[in-house]
Amino acid sequence: MTNFAGTALRLCIMALALFVAACAQTTTVEQANGAFHDPYENTNRSVHSFNLGVDKYLFRPASKGYVKIIPDPMVTSFNSFAENISLPGQAVDYLLQGKPKESGIALYRFLINSTVGFAGLADPATDFKVPQVDTDFGETLHVWGVGEGPYLELPLYGPSTTRDAVGVVVNLFTNPLDFAPTRPVDNLGLYTEFVRRMGDRGRFSDTVDSILYESADSYAQARLIYLQNRRFELASDDEDAYLGLYADPYSDPYSDASDPYEDPYAE
Amino acid sequence: MPSDLLNRRTFVASVVAGFSLAALPLPALALTEAGARTLVNNVVSEINRVIASGKSEAAMLRDFEKLFVRYADVPIMARYALGADARSATQAQMRNFTKAFQGYISRKYGRRFREFIGGQVTVKSARKIKAGYEIKSLVKLQGSAPFDVTFLVSDKSGKDKFYNMFIEGVNLLLTERTEIGAMLDRRKGDLNKLISDLSKAG
Repeated sequence: MTNFAGTALRLCIMALALFVAACAQTTTVEQANGAFHDPYENTNRSVHSFNLGVDKYLFRPASKGYVKIIPDPMVTSFNSFAENISLPGQAVDYLLQGKPKESGIALYRFLINSTVGFAGLADPATDFKVPQVDTDFGETLHVWGVGEGPYLELPLYGPSTTRDAVGVVVNLFTNPLDFAPTRPVDNLGLYTEFVRRMGDRGRFSDTVDSILYESADSYAQARLIYLQNRRFELASDDEDAYLGLYADPYSDPYSDASDPYEDPYAE
Repeated sequence: MPSDLLNRRTFVASVVAGFSLAALPLPALALTEAGARTLVNNVVSEINRVIASGKSEAAMLRDFEKLFVRYADVPIMARYALGADARSATQAQMRNFTKAFQGYISRKYGRRFREFIGGQVTVKSARKIKAGYEIKSLVKLQGSAPFDVTFLVSDKSGKDKFYNMFIEGVNLLLTERTEIGAMLDRRKGDLNKLISDLSKAG
């Protein structure tokens, strides 16, 4: 693919995402209270069962083996490598979001880590106190005003929304490095992302296991955790808007007892 | 007898004084930003002390439960986690549920603390919210990017206690309300069954 094809793909996908986003939306207040829009719940739950099977028999054992065999510092190195590979794409996304400064930082990190950092295996940029960056095409769509859309659980990938699913596909398949004249393999970002996820799955296996296998409804837990975390990431530029909406258990509608003596916190 | 009267008058006066004093705001006892920050720092150092103690997991989990009761407003957390069903629950059920909830949370999250050995918590900022203070902190773990943990602290229980926590935007109480709701659904809404199962779960 050429750069032009990549841009064209982004535009097509954006049109699609805008169309999807025109469908029902949850309000910001509802979102802060963990509300979700899940019209495809039945399908999503089937995908969730499939993903659980894949995790249980393939991904979980592979990840646990991976972090057991590979020494911890090397797992960190591979994570850094994956992160570094994603930086040129992040630089493009920041540009599309109208944030040239962050775009520059992403490129600067990429430059430092690719050279002094042994092709990205080390992370000297962090040691040099270069600010962290983290974005994706889903965030770009968010900045452009595309709403989150219905919740989706993607096969193999996991929790997402219609908007973020578009972002995932774009980011995995339009990494600028894939358009470089010389490149080791096609879709390098796809493989490094897989390795990075394996490292995280292996390292935090107890926590992930507790959500996937010890919960009374792992689908609902994964949905709630994903949506809250994603909304938090996207709201970080506008913190007050997000933080003003804390659900307050002290003024929770369910704890409003009719007898004030029953509720010690009733005002 | 005059002296008796005087005594009684002094007594009445001091009672009146006592009442009016109680009605006045006492800034020294109210929750302050510094107090909220101290609370978070204390919790973190106590948790680290338990992890560093080298005790068995069961003993550590019991210690975590004690810390949870001392530093968190467990009754309001339990009530929130139970949601609408808290309204129809009897007082005895609420008491038992709160007890079961406190053990469940301590075991469930206490087990996770092992993954955070050597982690560093830095308090970044504090600000006033409706029920008290919001303390934002940054947690640094070996080999992964630092992440945000926010504690919500209130003195509405009568003591400075924390009542909720957000890890990278994930609301602990809301997550537990969803989980406990799902557990209750699985038991066809049988709260007593939930209570007995919850005291073993986590």
